[in-house]
Amino acid sequence: MMYTKSRSFFLLLILLSASFIHAKEEEKTQTIQEEITEYIYHHVQDSHDFSLFSTKDEETGKKKYYGFPLPVILIDEGIKVFMSSKLDHGKKVVESSGKFYKLDHGKIYETNSEGYISYSDDGKITNAMPLDLSITKSVFSIFLVSLLMFFLFTSLAKSYKENNLIAKGAGRFFEPIVILIRDEIAIPSIGEEKHKRYMAFLLTVFFFIWFLNLLGLSPLGVNVTGNIAVTFGLALITFLITNLTANKTYWKHIFWMPGVPVWLKPLLAPIELLGVFIKPFSLMIRLYANILAGHIVLYSLIGLIFIFKNLVGSSLSLVLVFFISMIEILVALLQAYIFTLLSALYFGFAVQEEDH
Amino acid sequence: MEKLISEFSSGLFFWQTVIFVTLIFLLRKYAWKPILDAVNEREKSIRDSLNSAKEAKKEMENLQAENKKILQEARAESDAMINQAKQSGKDLVEEAKSDARSEAENILAQARTSIENEKRSALNEIKNQVADLSIDIASKVLEQELDDNKNHQDYIDKLLKEKKFDK
Repeated sequence: MMYTKSRSFFLLLILLSASFIHAKEEEKTQTIQEEITEYIYHHVQDSHDFSLFSTKDEETGKKKYYGFPLPVILIDEGIKVFMSSKLDHGKKVVESSGKFYKLDHGKIYETNSEGYISYSDDGKITNAMPLDLSITKSVFSIFLVSLLMFFLFTSLAKSYKENNLIAKGAGRFFEPIVILIRDEIAIPSIGEEKHKRYMAFLLTVFFFIWFLNLLGLSPLGVNVTGNIAVTFGLALITFLITNLTANKTYWKHIFWMPGVPVWLKPLLAPIELLGVFIKPFSLMIRLYANILAGHIVLYSLIGLIFIFKNLVGSSLSLVLVFFISMIEILVALLQAYIFTLLSALYFGFAVQEEDH
Repeated sequence: MEKLISEFSSGLFFWQTVIFVTLIFLLRKYAWKPILDAVNEREKSIRDSLNSAKEAKKEMENLQAENKKILQEARAESDAMINQAKQSGKDLVEEAKSDARSEAENILAQARTSIENEKRSALNEIKNQVADLSIDIASKVLEQELDDNKNHQDYIDKLLKEKKFDK
């Protein structure tokens, strides 16, 4: 796995170098630092099409994108569906049943036939925004990973039946991890008799985050778990499960803490209530910040290679990139583990019995 | 923070939640439940096998102990038998020996008695013969010198009495 990852990074380097060298030659007005910043910013954002890399036409100076378009779905007085290739990375205005849409910095705005974008005094776009339910790059990646997980784990499940309770095939690699999550996360945090209810969520969330983290390190360059919308979605589910399955003891501990003086009880209640929200909030921010930071550091270090442009500096950056990417592979696993472990702990608090 | 909120993509949130929740339910039904059930079942069968192995071992140990006990008993019995045989052999020998000794002693005693008797009778005979001889000789001597004289005869008898022929 390590080997393929590092190989992936060399591929990524080659792809990146192609686009950066073009940029240097053709665009005199934009410095390489600015271009790298823009590239990183662009990378960590979601996008409406799945572009793998881009080149610039030497004669016209136009950017050419390599990749494939994804469907755009807008809810704006009805459902409007068209392919993202029509938007052409914000260069074209798309007309759909009498309305005009334009892409600007990753967001779709309603506009007129000329593609007019109005700005407020502080530089913000004031155009109306339709509800954008497009199948973006991230949604596509999530779907891909979900599909992979479904086939991987159903095949593992089937292999038990066919092979006399012994796992077989690719799923076998994941069986010890499934057992680890049960024995090291679920049972110690939630308890022997109650953990079964939460196993489906814990296992799904662990593999979901882990696989998406790893996919983020691949040269496909997706940043799914480093997107706040995704981590918000995950943390929200943890929050809902925690509070919907919570027992009396849990609520008693929040609103009327046992074992403290009476005058302290009303003071503790708002703090405890705040904690109910802070716990999933910390889950959301932790995953988001870790993955986003990892991506930014990695891309900045790759960018350094082209800023140094000499043998010593660039090769040093290369070593650093290699080193950081190893760490990021570890972080990918670690963050998935932490998210799962903390979720399990919160579930454990929610179903704790009085005598504990 | 403001940037975070402005960049929040509700579309991505929507799809992510929909796909993720669907995935949880699908995997729960088609993957996690069968996987965990299979793992549990396997663990149970391993535990059972270990237990039965332990039991078999225990049984084996019991059997071995029993065998050992039987062996020991047999050995003790044979030892006792050997000892008994040895003892009875020894007794037999002793008895034979003492029998032989007493027999020998009897024989010896008989022999001794008969020797004594023989000796005594021999001595008596010798005494008689010597007396007769002496009388013969003396009478012959005296015949020549004396006549059959009563005094002489008395004197000789007196002399013979004085001479003890005891042994």
